[in-house]
Amino acid sequence: MRFRTTGFLLLPAVAVIFIFMAIPMLISLTYSFLTANTYGGVTGPLSVGAYIQLLYDQDFDGSLVFMPDYIWIILRSVYLAVFTTILSLAVGFPVAWYIVCQSANRRKVLLTLVTLPFWINTLIRTYCWILILRDEGLINNFLKWTGLITHPLPLLYNQGAILLGLVYTFLPFMVLPIYATLERLDPRLIEAAYDLYANRVQLFRRVVWPLTKPGVAAGTVLVFAPALGAFLQPDLLGGGKQLLIGSLIEMQFTSSRNWPFGAALATLVTLAVVAALVWQNRRGKSVEAQA
Amino acid sequence: MSAATNASHAIHAKSAEAKRRRRRPFDWRHNPGFGPFTLLVMLFLYTPLVVLVIFAFNANRLVTIWSGFSFKWFVSVANNGDIRHAAYISVLVGVLATICSTAIAIAAALGFERGGWFRGRGSAIGLVTMPLVVPEIVTAITTLIFFSAIGFHSGVLNLVIAHTVFCIPFAMLPIQARLNTLGAGYEEAARDLYGSEWRIFLRITLPLMSPGIMAGAILAFVTSLDDFLISFMVSSAGSTTLPVYVYGMMRLGVTPEVNAISAVLLVISAALALVAFIISRPSEAATAAAAGTPQTAATL
Repeated sequence: MRFRTTGFLLLPAVAVIFIFMAIPMLISLTYSFLTANTYGGVTGPLSVGAYIQLLYDQDFDGSLVFMPDYIWIILRSVYLAVFTTILSLAVGFPVAWYIVCQSANRRKVLLTLVTLPFWINTLIRTYCWILILRDEGLINNFLKWTGLITHPLPLLYNQGAILLGLVYTFLPFMVLPIYATLERLDPRLIEAAYDLYANRVQLFRRVVWPLTKPGVAAGTVLVFAPALGAFLQPDLLGGGKQLLIGSLIEMQFTSSRNWPFGAALATLVTLAVVAALVWQNRRGKSVEAQA
Repeated sequence: MSAATNASHAIHAKSAEAKRRRRRPFDWRHNPGFGPFTLLVMLFLYTPLVVLVIFAFNANRLVTIWSGFSFKWFVSVANNGDIRHAAYISVLVGVLATICSTAIAIAAALGFERGGWFRGRGSAIGLVTMPLVVPEIVTAITTLIFFSAIGFHSGVLNLVIAHTVFCIPFAMLPIQARLNTLGAGYEEAARDLYGSEWRIFLRITLPLMSPGIMAGAILAFVTSLDDFLISFMVSSAGSTTLPVYVYGMMRLGVTPEVNAISAVLLVISAALALVAFIISRPSEAATAAAAGTPQTAATL
C-alpha cells in the first residue's frame, strides 16, 4: 500500500475528540433529563426536574414555589462575563493597536509578553491577586504604612475582585485576535482616509473599526465563553460568597451531589457559547462580504 | 540670478516644510499615550507574578511582611511527600498526554495542511479546535459524567485521556503553522525526483516540521501541567495532580509553602513556553526559503 498525505490523517484527532468530548457532552445532555441519585450519579425515569429546579423550589407539601435564586446566579455570571468582555476590549484594543504600530522586532517581544501569561497556570495567576488584595496584602499593608488607613480596605472577596481576576486571566484572548486583524489591515486604506481629510476619530470609526470587527468578534467569544464558566476566579477571589454558574456547576458534582442539575446548568452554558459562536460567525462573514 | 536661486530655495524650503506639516498627521503609527498605556497593561500583567516570586523567598511566615531572603520554604516543599507524589503524577500524566496528543496532532496537522480539500474539512477543523472554545467547567463535568457512565475508573489513565483531548489543539497549532510557512515546495521537488511518499515524509517533511513538533509537544506539556479544573473533577484519591493539591493548600489559607510551590510552577511554565516560542519562531533562513516556494493555500 502506498503512503499518501490525505485528509484521512485527521481521523485520529477527529475520533479522539469526538469520542471523548462530543459524546460526553451528549451523555451529559441525557443526564440532565434524569433524576438525581443520593450518592451521586443518576437514576431513571426521564424528567425535566433539573430544568424545573432552575426556577422553582419544591415546598414541604410537594408544591412548586417560584425561587429566583438560581436565576440571579445566572444573571450575575452573564453580567460579569459581559463586563469582563467590555473591559478586555477597552484595554485590549489600544494595546493591539500600539503593538501593530511598532517595528517588527518590538512587535515580537510585545506579542510574546502578551501571550506568555496565557501559558502560566490560571490557579497561580489568580492566587497572586490574593497576595495583593487581602487584608494583610500588599496594597493594604502599603496604605497602612503610609498612614492613609488604619483598618484594611475590603479589597478581596467581592465582585470587583472577581472582575479583576477575570480581566487579568482573559485579556490576552482579546489582544491576540484583534492584533491578527490589525496586522492584515492595509495601511494604504488609512492613508487614503487621511487624504480624504478624515480625523483620527473618523478614521477609527469609519475605517479601522469596521475592518477589525472579525478580530473583535473572535476576541469577544474567546473572552466571554471562558469568563461565563469561570470557576477559579469567583472561588478564590470571591471567597465562595459570590456564587457564579461555574461554582454552582462544580458544587452539583462535589457537595450537593445533584448531577442532573449540574448537567442542566452545563447544557445552558454550552448553549450560550454556541449562540456566541454563531453570532461571531455572522459578524465575521458580514464584514468579509462588505470588504 | 542669485535672487532667483534664493527664491527657488525658498520655494523648495517652503514646499518641504509644507510637506512636513502635511506629513505629520499622516503618521498614523504615532499615537501619543498608547505607549504608556501599553506599559501600564504590561505592569498589570506581570506585577502580580513578580510579587509572588519575590515573596516565595520571604523568610517570614507572615507572607506579605518582608523579613529577609530565604530558600527554606522551597526546602520544606521539596521535603513534603504529598507534594512530591502530586508532582510525580503531574509529570507522568503530562508526559503520557504529550506523547499521545503530539502523535495525533502531527497526523492532524499534515491532514489539514497537505491533505487538500475534502468533504467535511470545515467540520473537522471545528471539531478538533472544540477544546479551545468549550468552557473548562463544561469539559470537566462532561468528562466526569462520561467516565462514570462507562464505568471507567483507573486513576492516572482517566487523567491521561482527558488531558490528551484538550492538548491536541495546542500541540497541533505550532506544527500546522510550521507546515504552512514551509509550503509544499520541498515535497513537490522530492516528488519530481521520484522519491517515494514514505521516503519523502521521513527525509523531507518530518525533519522540516520538527521545530513545530518540538514547540507543539512543549506547549502540550505546559497545558497539561497547568490544568486544574478538569484534573480536579476527573482525578481520584490516588491520582491528585500538583495543581489540584496546591488548590487544596490554597483553600486552607495563604502560606509560604503555597507561595514557594506556586513560584516553582510559574517559573517552569513560563520557561517552557518561552523555549517553545523560540523554537517555533521561523529563523531568517527558513523564512527566506519559504518566500521562494509556492505557498499552499491556508484556509484556516
